[in-house]
Amino acid sequence: MLRNVLHRIARKLGSIIALVLLGGLLSATLVRLAPGFDADERELDPSLSAESVNALRHSRAAEHNILLYYTSYLRGAARGDLGVSHALGQPVLTLLRERWPVTARVVGMGLLLAWVLATTLAFSACLWRRPLYEVFGITLSGAFLCIPAAVLALLSVILNAPGYLAIALIVFPKIYRYARNLLAKAYALPHITAARARGLGEVRILAWHVLPITGPQMIALGGITVSIALGASIPVEALCGLPGIGQLAWQAALSRDLPLLVNLTVLVTLVTLLANSGADVMNYMLRPHEPQRGVDLA
Amino acid sequence: MIGRRGCLRLALFLCLAVLCVCGSTLAQSGGELRFCLHSEPKTFDPLLVDDDSSLAVRYLTAGVLIRSNRRTQALEPELAESWKVAKDGKQITFKLRHGITFSDGSPFSSEDVAFTIQRLMDPALHSPTGDAFRSGSGAVSTKIIAPDQISIVFPAAVAGLDRLFDQVAIMSAHSPKKTAAVLGPFMVAEYKAGSTVLLRRNPNYWKKDSQGHRLPYLDSIRLDIQPNRDVEMLRFKRGELDLINVMDSEYFDRLAASSPGLAHDAGASLDSEFMWFNQVANAPIPEYKRAWFRSTNFRRAISQAINRADMSRVVFNGHAQPAVGPVSPANKFWFNSKLQAEPYRPVSALKLLQSDGFHQQSGFLYDKSGNAVEFSIVTNAGNKPRERMAVMVQEDLADLGIKVNVVTLDFPSLIERISQKFNYEAAMLGFRNIDLDPNGQMNIWLSSAENHAWNPQQKSPETAWEAEIDRLMRAQASTADEKKRKESFDRVQEIVADQVPFIYLVNVNALSAVSNAVQGANPVILAPQTFWNAERLTLNATVQASR
Amino acid sequence: MIVARKFAWVVVLAVCAASLAANWLAPTGYAKQFRDAPSAPPSAQHLLGTDELGRDRFARVLYGTRISLLLAPAAALVSTLLAALVGGLAGYLGGIWLRLARGFTDLFLSLPWLFLLITVRALLPLNVSPLVSVVITFFILGLLGWAASARVLSTSADALRNSDFVLQARASGLHGPRLFLVHVLPNLKPVLYAQFWISIPVFILSEANLGILGLGVAEPLPSWGSLLRELEGLISFREEPWRLVPLLLLIVVLTSFQLLLSNEEVTA
Repeated sequence: MLRNVLHRIARKLGSIIALVLLGGLLSATLVRLAPGFDADERELDPSLSAESVNALRHSRAAEHNILLYYTSYLRGAARGDLGVSHALGQPVLTLLRERWPVTARVVGMGLLLAWVLATTLAFSACLWRRPLYEVFGITLSGAFLCIPAAVLALLSVILNAPGYLAIALIVFPKIYRYARNLLAKAYALPHITAARARGLGEVRILAWHVLPITGPQMIALGGITVSIALGASIPVEALCGLPGIGQLAWQAALSRDLPLLVNLTVLVTLVTLLANSGADVMNYMLRPHEPQRGVDLA
Repeated sequence: MIGRRGCLRLALFLCLAVLCVCGSTLAQSGGELRFCLHSEPKTFDPLLVDDDSSLAVRYLTAGVLIRSNRRTQALEPELAESWKVAKDGKQITFKLRHGITFSDGSPFSSEDVAFTIQRLMDPALHSPTGDAFRSGSGAVSTKIIAPDQISIVFPAAVAGLDRLFDQVAIMSAHSPKKTAAVLGPFMVAEYKAGSTVLLRRNPNYWKKDSQGHRLPYLDSIRLDIQPNRDVEMLRFKRGELDLINVMDSEYFDRLAASSPGLAHDAGASLDSEFMWFNQVANAPIPEYKRAWFRSTNFRRAISQAINRADMSRVVFNGHAQPAVGPVSPANKFWFNSKLQAEPYRPVSALKLLQSDGFHQQSGFLYDKSGNAVEFSIVTNAGNKPRERMAVMVQEDLADLGIKVNVVTLDFPSLIERISQKFNYEAAMLGFRNIDLDPNGQMNIWLSSAENHAWNPQQKSPETAWEAEIDRLMRAQASTADEKKRKESFDRVQEIVADQVPFIYLVNVNALSAVSNAVQGANPVILAPQTFWNAERLTLNATVQASR
Repeated sequence: MIVARKFAWVVVLAVCAASLAANWLAPTGYAKQFRDAPSAPPSAQHLLGTDELGRDRFARVLYGTRISLLLAPAAALVSTLLAALVGGLAGYLGGIWLRLARGFTDLFLSLPWLFLLITVRALLPLNVSPLVSVVITFFILGLLGWAASARVLSTSADALRNSDFVLQARASGLHGPRLFLVHVLPNLKPVLYAQFWISIPVFILSEANLGILGLGVAEPLPSWGSLLRELEGLISFREEPWRLVPLLLLIVVLTSFQLLLSNEEVTA
């Protein structure tokens, strides 16, 4: 089994590297082809001479051929040089090194809080099976789904609350919705009813009968929520003044900062892939291993 | 013989004397001033500055030869004790102050001025500040007459030459610290990208107040990078910020309602909001639309159909004035006082359109070929007042039967459309004017220039009135006689009012907020509105103690 | 729960009826600017006050409900179907298909789709009608919003592939599309419903944020998203609590829909 797991991990790592490289290239292509790539707001300055305006417009000539740019980027990345941000005039590696701890902390704490909140609500609704809990859970999660992320971020500034609280409030309704449905479906299965009828305690039912059924999907959901939380970090960091990667991403997008965007995409792709692959590997390890009964239908 | 008591008295006397001397040269401790920049400073190289945030940092750290007093608008000697501009406008000679050093202790002399000018005018640098000095082809030469005297010669006359030196930060020719060695009241101590710029007092700043105390009073200035105005306002109300340099009118009114003394309306600023139509010959727009946009009657009619008074009242809560033309009435010398803002005259607008063959049918307007009059206005997303103005224009023109589509775009996409691809019909933007002298607008008015927004880079002027504007702008640039320059530029303003290539909408008031903790503040209309006299600002003792 | 569902029915019917009858119920057009009364508080003339341009907020809520209530669920349906197709099918087929789908989904989640949206805006004519613009916007949101759910679905379908009842169905001679549609897909309902309900408010809010790219509902057409964006400038809710009404309405409507269909989400 260990050999199987190691083999799986090695295969995963290989596919992660391939996907990360592809992600960087696709991101660079999207940015390059989007309108406004060569535009710089300094062109509108009437004090600039025609030569200066032309120089501005051609300052990104090296990035016009995406394949050449990406190849040179990869060569630089192999040497530890991730390029220089156009918007901030600083090496991208320095920027990422300074900022990733902020985002890691905010996203990590936000995710933890979101999962605690969502699973507590979902389990309560399923365990106590009172209509009040159901309505309360639906209303609370619905309310936070409807509030714009920028408003939640602003609220956390008004209340002097930490930024990760805003992320938690953005992410938890999504977790709750999935978790509640998965748990409710599992609890509706006949063998759970039978277990209850036989007097099995709720905690035991949950641990031995419900979680094994819902576990794989919840673990898969865990991987997804990393990506959702990273997306939520953009408005939250921008509004709460947190100098993290989310704030950087928004600035980079608005100024078409190709070096920064490519690196951010590579980073986000890597984190997403690691999170989801981690979930897949965990699912594989937790799955009961019997001689294979089903067949791949491909 | 001096006894023990005598020695003590002498020692005491000497201590007091030393204290008096030190006290007269030591700066007062004024605390740390805090306010926000709305975007990341793009550069700390003072010769490459072109965005508001970098401009703010440059203003606070740079030493300049001549300073334009933001309150009186008069020119004052700074690093230069005196200067003389030659009659032909091609040469300026400076007499420099003595005994000045950069922040790192290296001495200041005419060599540093020469070095700065050479770097400024280097065509490879593409300095926006340097471009303002480019009056003709040929190199700029500097002549060091003495360590405290230098002459700068330009290939052609430069209009408003002395005033331009307000933007030229003198750099050290020899200091190993390069741009970090400054002559201004503050220097950059720390920069955290996306977060803060911390400026500390320059210990070698040359200026003293009337009592001989060294300036600046403040110990430091902390600039937080915060693009969101809501958060900025919140922090100001909480006392975490001391200034809001530029405020939107809705925040101004909220603050004025709760804390009247903190909100300041300095009156009409130099800034204007305006719109224009695309008249580029090969723009990818239908020919019949191009014909509309090129018709002076059409443009005049649109201008008359827009209710500027409503705009000032509704969008800016009365903190704006209907705009007259390219120069704000706040620019007292250059404003053509014979002109007035276009009043709201929808009936007259319709008559003008009818004279061009337009007619109304079932509530819609059609041109003489039967095309329904419909066009789009593009503007930048995220600027709420501008978006609201566009919607008001949409509503005003709907009364004439014209259908207007408001399209908000992100800035790079917008710039690409209006200055590179020209695939737009009408555009609405604002002009942030930091320069009183209209020569800074040369690239807007010359038909061959890049920023001649409605039809740039013409090989030769396509209309007689554009040819006349070209002639007048060149005439005002080629003389140092202010009276002649004013006559020429007055005439430019009259042509613009007549031909309406730009439909000027409003001049926004200079709105700012200053906390009670700040002493010495005197908000004005010229940028930087609230901290133009930063070297003389101080914070009250209570706030200082709490920080 | 029965009482809650009855209340939900009333709310849903009332909101649908009100939005359909907007032409009669609205005291004025949604674009009419009462320039003498911008940002006015509620009054007899303007039940929910006016916005910054003096437009009646009640009228804008009524008309905006039509747009958002129709198009957001449609876009959510598109994203749910795509999630079922990609995630569900890949999990059902297993093997290389599952690995490819997961890789594709992970990549899809990481790319900056903002630039695709900017490009779409550039390709559209500037004078596209507001309604066409909003339909295109929601359609694109539907095309882009499936990936997260597809990932969870693929895991669910993968687990179902080897379950007893699926094996039994195969042994009975059922296979291919019929097996997927009759036995696998219904068991994916919990995730599909979750995806659907989450997507509606997310798309409503995203549509408003896309205004920054020139997409979304164009002025003067209102939408719930643009009404919710008004909240961004609200530093103190105590000053103008009536601005919260669109948010409360959205919460109530969404909750009502979910209460009505909550049983469907968990039964096979």
